[in-house]
Amino acid sequence: MTKFTDHLGRPVVAVIGIGIITSLGVGRDENWRALASGRSGIKAITRFPTNDLKTRISGMVDFLASSSDGPGPLTHEMAETTAREAIAQAGLAEDDFGGPLFLAAPPVETEWRHRFELAAAGGTGGTPYQRMLAAARAGKRPDLFSRAMFGTVAERLADRFGTRGLPVTLSTACASGATAIQCGVEAIRRGEADRALAIGSDGSATAEALIRFSLLSALSIQNDEPEKASKPFSRDRDGFVLAEGSATLVLESLESALARGARVLGIVSGCGEKADDFHRTRSKPDASPAIGAVRAALADAGMGERPVDYINAHGTSTPENDKMEFLALSTVFADRMESIPVSSNKSMIGHTLSAAGAIEAAFSILTMQQGFLPPTINYDNPDPAIPVDCVPNAGRKGDVASVLSNSFGFGGQNTCLVMAREPV
Amino acid sequence: MSPRDAVITGIGIVSCLGEGVDAHRAALSAGPQAAVLETEAFAPYTVHPLPEIDWSQQIPKRGDQRQMETWQRIGTYAAGLALDDAGMKGDEQLCATMDMIVAAGGGERDEAADSLIIEAAAERNDRDVLLNEKLTTELRPTLFLAQLSNLLAGNISIVHKVTGSSRTFMGEEGSGVSAVDTAVARIRAGQSTHALVGGSYNCEHPDMLLAYELGGYLHHGSWAPVWNRGGTDGGGIIPGSGGAFLVLESREHAEQRGARIYAVLGDVKADRTRRDRDDLASAIAAMARDAAPGARLAISSASGVPDVTAAEASALSGVALRAFSSLTGHFKEAQFPFAIALAALAIEAGIAVLPFSDDEAAVDGPVEEILATAIGFISGEGMVSVRKA
Repeated sequence: MTKFTDHLGRPVVAVIGIGIITSLGVGRDENWRALASGRSGIKAITRFPTNDLKTRISGMVDFLASSSDGPGPLTHEMAETTAREAIAQAGLAEDDFGGPLFLAAPPVETEWRHRFELAAAGGTGGTPYQRMLAAARAGKRPDLFSRAMFGTVAERLADRFGTRGLPVTLSTACASGATAIQCGVEAIRRGEADRALAIGSDGSATAEALIRFSLLSALSIQNDEPEKASKPFSRDRDGFVLAEGSATLVLESLESALARGARVLGIVSGCGEKADDFHRTRSKPDASPAIGAVRAALADAGMGERPVDYINAHGTSTPENDKMEFLALSTVFADRMESIPVSSNKSMIGHTLSAAGAIEAAFSILTMQQGFLPPTINYDNPDPAIPVDCVPNAGRKGDVASVLSNSFGFGGQNTCLVMAREPV
Repeated sequence: MSPRDAVITGIGIVSCLGEGVDAHRAALSAGPQAAVLETEAFAPYTVHPLPEIDWSQQIPKRGDQRQMETWQRIGTYAAGLALDDAGMKGDEQLCATMDMIVAAGGGERDEAADSLIIEAAAERNDRDVLLNEKLTTELRPTLFLAQLSNLLAGNISIVHKVTGSSRTFMGEEGSGVSAVDTAVARIRAGQSTHALVGGSYNCEHPDMLLAYELGGYLHHGSWAPVWNRGGTDGGGIIPGSGGAFLVLESREHAEQRGARIYAVLGDVKADRTRRDRDDLASAIAAMARDAAPGARLAISSASGVPDVTAAEASALSGVALRAFSSLTGHFKEAQFPFAIALAALAIEAGIAVLPFSDDEAAVDGPVEEILATAIGFISGEGMVSVRKA
């Protein structure tokens, strides 16, 4: 008989629908095929000019209707598209989801082209901001107003899919997608809902976003061969590659899912988080917050420090992250690390920021389901300080019953998820 | 009464009324008073300015202060006040296990850099090229972090060592409602024992005003109480700079450490009425019946946006309403935590909350229960009953 509660007596939470968009394409299966075959979605930037930029490559999603319409519309379109895919798989009505929505999304700002437009429309006197305000005062701009509100995308998704209650839009920087899943899991465990819609979506790769990360020296400047720039765990890694994408996971209590006859794709068995108080962008040198988050996720899953079969690394390809992440993993798993494969999806899709935790959780579920480990590509020059089996360059078959997926972000954010193929 | 009741044990609060619990408790029983206003700096808009604050009282390192924009400083400061008030400040063990949910929007942009770019763009047709030229030279590297929504929480972790967990919810008033809702639900379910929840807002920046005014929501005329705005005077909102943080604990956790308990929170009601389709006033009335059927007094986050504010007034016509934004301005994400903070102060002190403006009804003596409301100026509704513990 299937057990519907976990080691702490809480409802087991299943994943019953997955939708994915990355620079590799639209759709769960298309993305999985590309990822499993080690294809890179990183290309030279064409969305805006790259004069004066040190980094001229990215993993942008440039093939959708709203790809050139700004961060809000693109984030929205990707979220809606992946949610539609996931909800269809879950066998649920498209407009009556019946559970809460947790959306991980980038912060919003008025775009430059709109600032220019407003300043030009606001007369000739005063400062640029006074002119923008004058233009706003003269005629309401509901189109620009809704783009400037942080709740807009989630509200539209809530209306579209009939989610319940007040939708939550959240940001834990590069851990946001994992936090959205954690919020959904917790709501189901508390018995507030049978299911939850967890979405990560990020279409915010503007010139200003790129320049901001560039000024913090966070981005790779290996522009010559874009598909080779993201090289987690390599000695010559020099930063992450800015990217866009979205994933939606439909979460449902196992009991409710099976009662409906839904197909269970995997289980989210543990969530762990721990904040870092060391620095705004750097991790504590001893990796203790990341260690704390991994241990919390394993404990929440009832695994203690029993090793998982595979680790979907945060693996950004920045010099610091990969080193710190290895320190954390090798501290938790000690010499058992030798036998745990650890690969980074970001070697192929880049760093999708707010969406990364959700996209990588989705790929983690598919890794277990397909029995196939996606590779870390561009692993030509191993960093001897990070002696891991990173599934170098080519994916391979593997029997994976449990996965740890790590997400770490600016502002001391650390969130880890443990997923399982079957309910334990 | 349950050991897992969510109780309030710490309040950190900042507005034009002053900083800390004493200044705000005094305002609750002061009756209608002249609001503190800044009428010139952003004319034709009026705002409620930040009071004089010695940041070093809660953010001792100058380096930390420099890394933050004002909204982050306000929030980090208010969070420090709340931790102090709860007797948790500097307690490494309690802070390292403390959960945190911050309600935040975005921070302030660099007005000088933006202005320079906009002026230069007026002369150029290749604006995308110009943007790269200017942004790569004019942006301060650290400004990004001073603007980033989740970096208020990040700064609280750094300055106050709150590291149990860190989540940031975004999305106007609703984010504050969800933050409190989630923290309370986690405490009641045993997923958390103690949590820091709140938000802050700095309205004294033209970009912050622009976000409201693109929708025509700012009040243009001279000051009026929130219940009496609109018409030819613009969209109803007079924003304010300030914020509030709450330390929430399970009753059991608070009692074990001998903490002073301000009040206990009931079920948080959080919803989003489809205002284009469904009647807002009916939804508010139903929510209030559900949250606190017996409450005679409400601390209201009413924004001053005429139709939304009128809907709240009519839905809660049997309750004496106290709209704090008449005195403090609108804090966007921080509205709900601020309302709860004021309600908890009144409950704990056992004081009668006098009207904040002449058009609010009197109520006899202190009450045992206050309804805190946050009806979003565009969307999202939340309420909670704040009662004697």
